[in-house]
Amino acid sequence: MRFGVPVALWAAARRLLIGLTTIWVVASIIFAATELLPGDVAEAVLGSDATPESLAAMRARLGLDRPVLVRYAVWLDHALLRFDLGTSLGSDRPVAEVVGDRLWNTARLAALTALLAIPAALALGIVSAIRAGSVLDRGIGVVALCGISVPEFFVAISLVYVFAVELGWLPALATVRPGQTLPAFLRSVALPAATLAIGLMPHMIRQTRNALLAALSHPHIEMAVLKGVPRTVIILRHALPNALAPILNIVALVSAYLVAGVVVVETVFGFPGLGRLMVDAVATRDTPVAQACALIFAAAYVAANAIADALAVLANPRLRVPR
Amino acid sequence: MSVGPSAVDPGWPNPDLAGRQWRRLSWVGWVGIGAISACALIAVIGPWLAPHDPAQTLSNESFGFPREAAFLGTDYLGRDLLSRLLHGGRLTLLLSLATASLAFALGVTSGFAAAIAGRWIDLLLSRVVDGLLAVPSIILALMVIGSLGTSVPVLIGAVAVIEGGRIFRVARALARDLSVMDFMEAARARGEGMLWLMLREMLPNAAGPLMTEFGLRFTYTLLFISALSFLGFGIQPPSADWGAMVKENIEGLLYGSPAALLPAALIAVATIGVNLMIDGFLDRRNVDRVPEMLP
Repeated sequence: MRFGVPVALWAAARRLLIGLTTIWVVASIIFAATELLPGDVAEAVLGSDATPESLAAMRARLGLDRPVLVRYAVWLDHALLRFDLGTSLGSDRPVAEVVGDRLWNTARLAALTALLAIPAALALGIVSAIRAGSVLDRGIGVVALCGISVPEFFVAISLVYVFAVELGWLPALATVRPGQTLPAFLRSVALPAATLAIGLMPHMIRQTRNALLAALSHPHIEMAVLKGVPRTVIILRHALPNALAPILNIVALVSAYLVAGVVVVETVFGFPGLGRLMVDAVATRDTPVAQACALIFAAAYVAANAIADALAVLANPRLRVPR
Repeated sequence: MSVGPSAVDPGWPNPDLAGRQWRRLSWVGWVGIGAISACALIAVIGPWLAPHDPAQTLSNESFGFPREAAFLGTDYLGRDLLSRLLHGGRLTLLLSLATASLAFALGVTSGFAAAIAGRWIDLLLSRVVDGLLAVPSIILALMVIGSLGTSVPVLIGAVAVIEGGRIFRVARALARDLSVMDFMEAARARGEGMLWLMLREMLPNAAGPLMTEFGLRFTYTLLFISALSFLGFGIQPPSADWGAMVKENIEGLLYGSPAALLPAALIAVATIGVNLMIDGFLDRRNVDRVPEMLP
């Protein structure tokens, strides 16, 4: 335990184990939410005028005639070990096929959002901390607070109103086709990505500012002040490296925000992504597709939290030693 | 992990009582109070002010422009937008308030119980909540609604349990600090029961931070319910809360109709108002003290 590498490896292995356990818990909760709660999926799919025979056939097809524990074991085995997510009830295609393109679209949207939001939010957060207490800082703070408070669809609709309807610069609906050129893709996802970025930035700005100000309360900062180091240098050279761990936590923040934001924003813009797929699947009671989407969202969320933890350990050597 | 500002003030328990903070309420806080009052007014007297029946079709034209009969124009079915906004406000705010209150009752009771009822109950409740919060909340809500079907009780129940999990954590943390204090020791020595400990000893002493948490949770609940309504899993037609009004009128955006923008803006006014008010009340000295020292 005394050498650097094995200790770091041990910490990483421990984190991986926690992550896997969480995925198992999440898969169990998704199973419980769909299977244990009252409400007959077979009846929901076939409608209330279904005959008893067709209901029984549908239950057998969905495996609903087996005991709960058997279904739980089968679900864990298929979802987590074989990545076999079943067949869509709506289209009779394999779920993996239905989900595949949608996942890729959402991943591209999320990546573009992160690319837009992270640098801008870091810059604004640092400026806010450097000018803490000033009119600029207070202004950024109030605007960020408003940004946190408004629903995504308000931002989305306002952007459509200005940029698509009044100015006519960008399309109101985000159409994505296979084989689309990059500029065409960027044009069509510009408004959804901007909406998500506007929703995401306030959280990151506040986190960055508060982490920096917390780092400023350390004694070595007072030392630097007494030495006569300029304010900007104190913030960027003395405080920022010590605030890195909480700032890196925005990776977790980004994922938590995007999972919720993507569901609403994709619906507003008609973007063919995972969020809208899940909403449609829930509305049409296509349980296997809804379960698959939920599992992917939850897994992305858990993975991002694990990555944030790992980055925090890398940024702060003191965390590398297990307590 | 919860997104957004943390409700628990690091300097708690705070010797400054509400009285002193009132005087220091900034203009931002007053703007917040104004916004909330306006929304509350719409919720209380809005339905009486409405010039038309919200379900009455005024014209065959969808997304009609403002004219004398319909001050703000008409919606996708030619109904008066203003009347629907005024009626929808009560539904939106009451639904959120009821859900937030239920979440609060659930979260605070279980959080307090976890802190004082012994190790095993604490462990059990904490692990259940950890699991609940490991799934992104909107995804969990969609799964529950997907299996129970779309109805108002399901909406309230699902959102209340999910938000209650977050309140549980705050309440448990507060109660753990309180449970080692002398007055709790004295009450236990007197032989008071769990209910007395929770309601008469802990609740009054945790009231300040819990009020802040309630305000924050109310805005999250309002946003959560509005988002679910917007996705089509909330109030069903013909009545509509503001979130559902955004959904039903969103097509009109392409014709330049403000029918979807206005209900969305009203939701924004309500949530911004609550957050500005809380921000105005919170003691900011801990955050702002350090930079004053800087050159």
